Amino acid sequence: MNITLTVNGQTLTRDVAPYLLLADFLRDELRLTGTHVGCDTTQCGCCIIHLNEKAVKSCTMLAVQADGAQLTTIEGLARADGTLHPVQEAFRDHHGLQCGFCTPGMVMMGADIVRRLPGADEETIRHQLEGNICRCTGYQGIVEAIMDASSQAKAS
Amino acid sequence: MQAFTYHRPTDLTEVVKILADCEDPKLLAGGMTLLPTLKQRLAAPSDLIDLARIQNLHGICEDKSEIVIGAMTCHADVAASALVRAFCPALADLAGQIGDPAVRHRGTIGGSVANADPAADYPAAVLGLNAIIETNQRRIKADDFFTDLFETALEPGEIITALRFPRPHKAQYQKFRHPASGYAVVGVMVAQFAGATRLAITGAGPNAFRPAALEEALTRSFTAKALEGLQLDPDELLSDMHASAAYRAHVALVLAQRAVGLIA
Ligand SMILES: Cc1cc2nc3c(=O)[nH]c(=O)nc-3n(C[C@H](O)[C@H](O)[C@H](O)COP(=O)(O)OP(=O)(O)OC[C@H]3O[C@@H](n4cnc5c(N)ncnc54)[C@H](O)[C@@H]3O)c2cc1C
Ligand code: FES
Ligand code: FES
Repeated sequence: MNITLTVNGQTLTRDVAPYLLLADFLRDELRLTGTHVGCDTTQCGCCIIHLNEKAVKSCTMLAVQADGAQLTTIEGLARADGTLHPVQEAFRDHHGLQCGFCTPGMVMMGADIVRRLPGADEETIRHQLEGNICRCTGYQGIVEAIMDASSQAKAS
Repeated sequence: MQAFTYHRPTDLTEVVKILADCEDPKLLAGGMTLLPTLKQRLAAPSDLIDLARIQNLHGICEDKSEIVIGAMTCHADVAASALVRAFCPALADLAGQIGDPAVRHRGTIGGSVANADPAADYPAAVLGLNAIIETNQRRIKADDFFTDLFETALEPGEIITALRFPRPHKAQYQKFRHPASGYAVVGVMVAQFAGATRLAITGAGPNAFRPAALEEALTRSFTAKALEGLQLDPDELLSDMHASAAYRAHVALVLAQRAVGLIA
């Protein structure tokens, strides 16, 4: 089936099988391997991307369901001139990652949280991260990074 | 995942036709339950019928004294709806406690109610708030809808189009959330209507249910104290690796008392 969608600002058309998962489409067809597949069972959040500006788990969507949509993956979050998104910057400042496997999903979810809930407190952010799992950091740096970006968003 | 034919109709007449023409079709809403089921090969439908492009299944509106939520409305939209919050804050709170934000951006009220997972949250709202389940064929009362574990009154090929909620005087939802999955180990919706109190429990039994003794006690006296000494029969409840039936019976009563305490 032919689908046309916009990924990180670029509109493209591809012929895909109905059962192809969106995560596999991004990684295998478009070679956008920043989107990770950690569990494939909708638990870990490593595969989170933005679909029409909302965080979704791309391992639990069919590519055909994204026909006509606007997608942003971790590769498209920074500006074209290389300026990092405030959440990416904050992850660097607060040491929000160790091995980095969960990081694309954490950053994409973080950006979604900051957009929806500027100025969110720690408890809110911890609840908002219920669908993202990190095996390394113990979450402290991740939560601090998102809190920082979130308070910046409120101030601006 | 096994191969299937994908359909994307734009109106219900088309859906009904595709349903009739296909060997083993399945409706696809948010896919948050169905796609994991297909990945595990617990189901292998011949055809998937995606309801996403049917415009009149989306959205929330007020109709006289009721709020009408289209079947394809996602949990995040219900949680964020000013209309729902003004009408029944407990319903918005419940929607905001389902799964995680990414799941709430895709999962729908129609899919959740049709699926009738014993641990799902919406069944407590549908039953506790005395909602009507609208389908492409008829209107079903909440009391007649949830019949058993993953079983509902829906006929094969029947499509939920909307959920219709009357306005309660006051309502509260209390949930004991499974720390890993987010689903309700037990969830209790308490709602006050003119002359009667409704109390629905999800997570504890094979399907959401209303314990008559608890409702009668609250209708007589709407206080947390009125529930003291009452018990749910553990023989009718679920036992699994997460919680025994006796534990669920106890938690349900505690949550019911908390909900009443927050309203009274
Ligand atoms: C990680 C995770 C955590 C979750 N946590 C919770 C939780 O805490 N609480 C909770 O309640 N749920 C939870 N869920 C389930 C979630 O709410 C699902 O969205 C919901 O159960 C199914 O809705 P859906 O729109 O995704 O339906 P789908 O998965 O698309 O469909 C589910 C079933 O319903 C049928 N169906 C769909 N729409 C209709 C319709 N309009 N008419 C008739 N039949 C229809 C489908 O054919 C299918 O059999 C969780 C899911 C995940 C993945
Ligand atoms: S890979 Fe999608 S949630 Fe884990
Ligand atoms: S940094 Fe290693 S999984 Fe999160």
